[in-house]
Order: sequence, then C-alpha cells, then structure tokens
Amino acid sequence: MADVTTNSPRLILTDTNFRLWLPLLWIGVIAAAALLAPLIAPHDPLAQDLMLERLPPFFMDGSEPGYWLGTDSLGRDVLSRIIYGARIALFVSLIAATTTGIFGSALGLIAGFYGGWADRVISRLVDIWMAFPPVLFAVLLVAVMGTGLGSVIAAIALIDWTRFARVIRAETMVQARMDYVDSARIGGARRAATLVSEILPNVMPSIIALLMLEMGIAVIVEAILSFVNLSISSDDPTWGSMIAEGRGAIHFAWWVLLFPLIALFMTVLSFSTLGEGLKQRFDPVLK
Amino acid sequence: MLLKTVFVRLLTTAITLFGVAVVVFILVRVAPGNPIAMMLPPGATDQDIATLNAVYGFDKSLAEQFIIWLGGVIQGDFGTSITLRQPVAELVLGRLPATLELSTLALLLAVALGGFVAVIGARKRGTGTEVGLDLTSGAVLSVPDFLWGLIFVLVFGVLWPVLSISGRVDPRIDIDFTTNFYIFEGLLRGRLDVVGSTLSHMLMPAMSLALPLAAMIAQLLKQNLKEALTQDYTTLARVRGFSETAVILREALRNAALPTLALVGVQFTFLIGGTVIVERLFAFEGLGNMAIDAVINRDLPLIQGIVLLFAALFTVINLLVDLSYTFLNPRLRHG
Repeated sequence: MADVTTNSPRLILTDTNFRLWLPLLWIGVIAAAALLAPLIAPHDPLAQDLMLERLPPFFMDGSEPGYWLGTDSLGRDVLSRIIYGARIALFVSLIAATTTGIFGSALGLIAGFYGGWADRVISRLVDIWMAFPPVLFAVLLVAVMGTGLGSVIAAIALIDWTRFARVIRAETMVQARMDYVDSARIGGARRAATLVSEILPNVMPSIIALLMLEMGIAVIVEAILSFVNLSISSDDPTWGSMIAEGRGAIHFAWWVLLFPLIALFMTVLSFSTLGEGLKQRFDPVLK
Repeated sequence: MLLKTVFVRLLTTAITLFGVAVVVFILVRVAPGNPIAMMLPPGATDQDIATLNAVYGFDKSLAEQFIIWLGGVIQGDFGTSITLRQPVAELVLGRLPATLELSTLALLLAVALGGFVAVIGARKRGTGTEVGLDLTSGAVLSVPDFLWGLIFVLVFGVLWPVLSISGRVDPRIDIDFTTNFYIFEGLLRGRLDVVGSTLSHMLMPAMSLALPLAAMIAQLLKQNLKEALTQDYTTLARVRGFSETAVILREALRNAALPTLALVGVQFTFLIGGTVIVERLFAFEGLGNMAIDAVINRDLPLIQGIVLLFAALFTVINLLVDLSYTFLNPRLRHG
C-alpha cells in the first residue's frame, strides 16, 4: 500500500484528505435521508397506484410532477422508496458491522495473544470458513434461519468475522512482542488485563478501519439477499429489492434499476474509501 | 523438507474439507421446514411420509446420518435432488463446466486488463497518467462484482443493446452438446457460431467478475514493476540501449510477476465465489444459479452437493497456489 515516493502527485491528493471528507459527506446525506425519511419523502413508499405505473423520471416525456425519479411497475414512487431504503441499508450496515467487528476482533485478540491451542482452533475455523463461497454461505444461512433483517445481520456476522479475526490476530501477535507488554507484566498486570488495557487500544485503529469496510460489505450483502428475495418482505423498500424489480423490468422501466443502483454504488464506494483512508491515516509508516 | 511441507499442506487441506463437510451437514439439518412433506402431494398419509423418510435416511440419528452421508460422498454419491429427482452428482457436474468456463474467462480478462494497466502505470510513473490510473483502479477495486454486473445490465440492456444480458448461448443455435464445455466443444467441432454466441453471452458476467481483480492486479503488479525498475539489472538493460517499455516487458515483468501470481491464485477463489450472484444476475445456467434455486426450494441434498463442490474447488486451488509458489520461489524451496 505504501507507494509513497516523494513529490509524486498522488501525495498531494492524499494530503488534501478528500478521501475522508467526500465519502463522509455522502454518508451524511444518506444518514440524514434515513433519519428524516417521513419528513422528506414526497410519497408513501408502499403506496401503490396502478394509474401511475412506470412513470419515467422528471427529465423525460410523460413524467408526472412530484414523482421526481419516476415510479415502478406498481406505481410506487422510486425516490421515496430510495429514501426509506436508506433506513434499512444503514441500520443493517451499522448493526451487522458492529456485531461482526466485536465477534471477529475478540477471536483475533485471543488467538494472537494467547497462541497455543486457542490459536490453533480459531485459525483452523478461519480456514474452514474461507473455503465457503461467501454469497452462497449467506444465502444458505438465511434459508436456515428464516428470512428477515435479524437473519441477514446474523448471517453477515457469522460469515465475515474471519475478516476481523485474521487481521487483528496478526496485529495482536506483533503487539504482544512489544516491550510495553513485558513492562505491564513486570508491573504485575494480569494477562487478560494487559490484553484489554494495553493491546486493544493499539489495534483499535485497524478495527475502526475494518468496521468502515465491513459497513460497505454489509450494505452489499443486504442488497444481494434482497435481490434473491431472502431479506425482509419484498414489499418493504430496500435497495436490493428495488434493484431486483428493476432487473426484471429492465426493458420497460430502466430507472427503477438505475436510481437505487446509484444510491448503493455511492454508499459502498464511500464506506470502502473511508475505510482505506482511515487505514492509511492510522498507519504510522505513512504518516 | 519440501516433502514435509507438501505433506503438512495436504493434511491441513483434508482437515479443512472435513470441517466444511461437518458445517454443511449441521447447517442443512437444522434448517426448518420438512423437505419430505414438500415432496409429497396433498393428502399424503403419515405412512407415506415415514416411508420417504426411511428412503432418504431421515429417520436415523444425526451422527448415523452424517457417517452414511459422508461415506456416500467419498464414493461420489451425493444423494438425490429432492426437487429435480436426479442424482446430485450428475446435476452438479452438469453445471460445473459453465461455471468453470465463466471463471476462467474472467480470470484471463482480469490478468490481461490488470497487466496492461500495470505496465502503462509503470511506464508513465510519476506523471498524471499514473495518478489517474491509481485513482481509477482504487475506485474499481471498492465496487464488488454484483454492482458491476448491474451496471453492465443497465448499459447493455438499455443504452447499447449489443450483448445479451441473460442465458449462456443463443437458444436458436441448433447443436447437441456432448460435454457442457460450450466454448471448448464449439472450438473442437469447428462451430465458431457457437463459440461466438457463448462468448457474447459470457462477456458481461465475466467482466463483472474480472474488474475488481483486474484493479488489484494493476495496483500490485505496478508496485512490483516500479521496485524492479530501480534495480541494477534494469539500469544495465537501459545502458545497453533498450527502450523503457522493452526494459519493463523483457526484464522487470519477469521478476515482478511472482508475488502477483500468489495474489491472483488466492483471489481466484473469491472470483469463483462471486459467480454465485453474478450468474443469478445474468440468468447464466451455472452452478451458482442452481445453488440459489436449491436454497429457495429447500433442496437439501442439492445444496450440500454444491457447497461441498465449491469448498473442494477453493481448497484445491489454494493448495495448488501454495505448492506452485513453493516450487517457483527459490527462497522457499530451500527454506
């Protein structure tokens, strides 16, 4: 990652922090839309009106005032559904990423700090988990647990904990060899106390950067599961179910696919850029 | 020493595969819903259900079921699909060629595209072109295959409908395939129309899978090329009068390729994993599409078979990558 050659034009771009504030701006917009959905959505996201089906967006002939981004095959307002969809996307990404992060980091800390059989068991589990195609694994888990947002969140945590466990395990192993760990031990601190009060704060930056990446992944996984109709009920406005509908109606109403896709694209790009940006910012080598 | 490395690696692969089998078995058995009840027509008696339960072995204890199932799997018997009423092994092997062709094409596209961008980036290092390529590959990398697929569906379904966005081959083409490797067989039999139609159906799903990997290759290979270009042997080549492009292609590339190769191997498994949703998106009749149908229909034996096949494919590819890396890298060979 560290391709820092002095005077390279790239350095100027990274220095201006645009990689941090640009994604933050978009996430802020999406978060505001999610929080204020009932106030700003022009229509009820569930209201069907077959008189208004497949209205094109405002810049095309045949559009209706008030339906800015057009309507879907059931006459539901696309913009309102995107705004309400932001609620589900952000909710899932926040809860799923946090759960995955806590679960995976805890296992990574234990494996990296204690080593021995704990490390062997956890590393073997990671190997087994990595042998599953993630999307198929997610689909299978949701099928087993039943559809619904709870299952989606649980599936993400049950699959992606390995991402945290691998990185945090490696970093903990590095930290555990540092002098400050020895001095804490000489000072009489218990092993577990050293892990929590000395090592955890030092691996925290990586955890936070991974959390951002995971939020982007969670948004995508929820969309994929909605797309194959395994998330919440297909009437509920999620970006994934809108995309599935748009894929079906691609030859009649492309806007039903385009606009939720833009929202999803920007959100995923923002989270991962933010994660990468934070990773570089925290990395002492790159400072 | 080398033999021991290979042995240990084979052993861990076997343990991983066994673990996968246990996880798949447990997951599928705790799934709610009675698959037997779904197979029978309405009005079936308890006796009918019990008979079918016995046929599928659902009346034995979990441990017994696992041992019977695993014994069958080792002998190539993956059971019978509940919805399609055919042997799982037959169904899965019938779909495997489609997925293999798709992932191989995607891999080739990724290597070609990523390699090309890396060479350009290394050639134009320190200029605005390099910055532009870096930013582009960074953005391309953060967008997963699912979204690329949707973008291609929009572009080629609506804006510029030159490529087909669903299916594997034009249904109007009249040919009886003996294998399910359409491209391979089309080439062998000299049916270029079949090859062309298959390729035009595969291009978009393969591109969706290839783009994130291409971006990764572009970044890593360029980094390694730039390092190689500061070495003495490249300076020597320049002194001998080779052009910068020739230095990159003839000298630097050979040395920069090895670490990139390791990455490509590992990432290839992720690419194969991506086929599941991308095939769904493009209605491509491969394994992944079948897997999602199997999950939706609660076809437990079929799900087990597909997941196991994917897992076996992943672990074997990882094993091959590790071993070939050990053989190719002189430092590890003697280590």
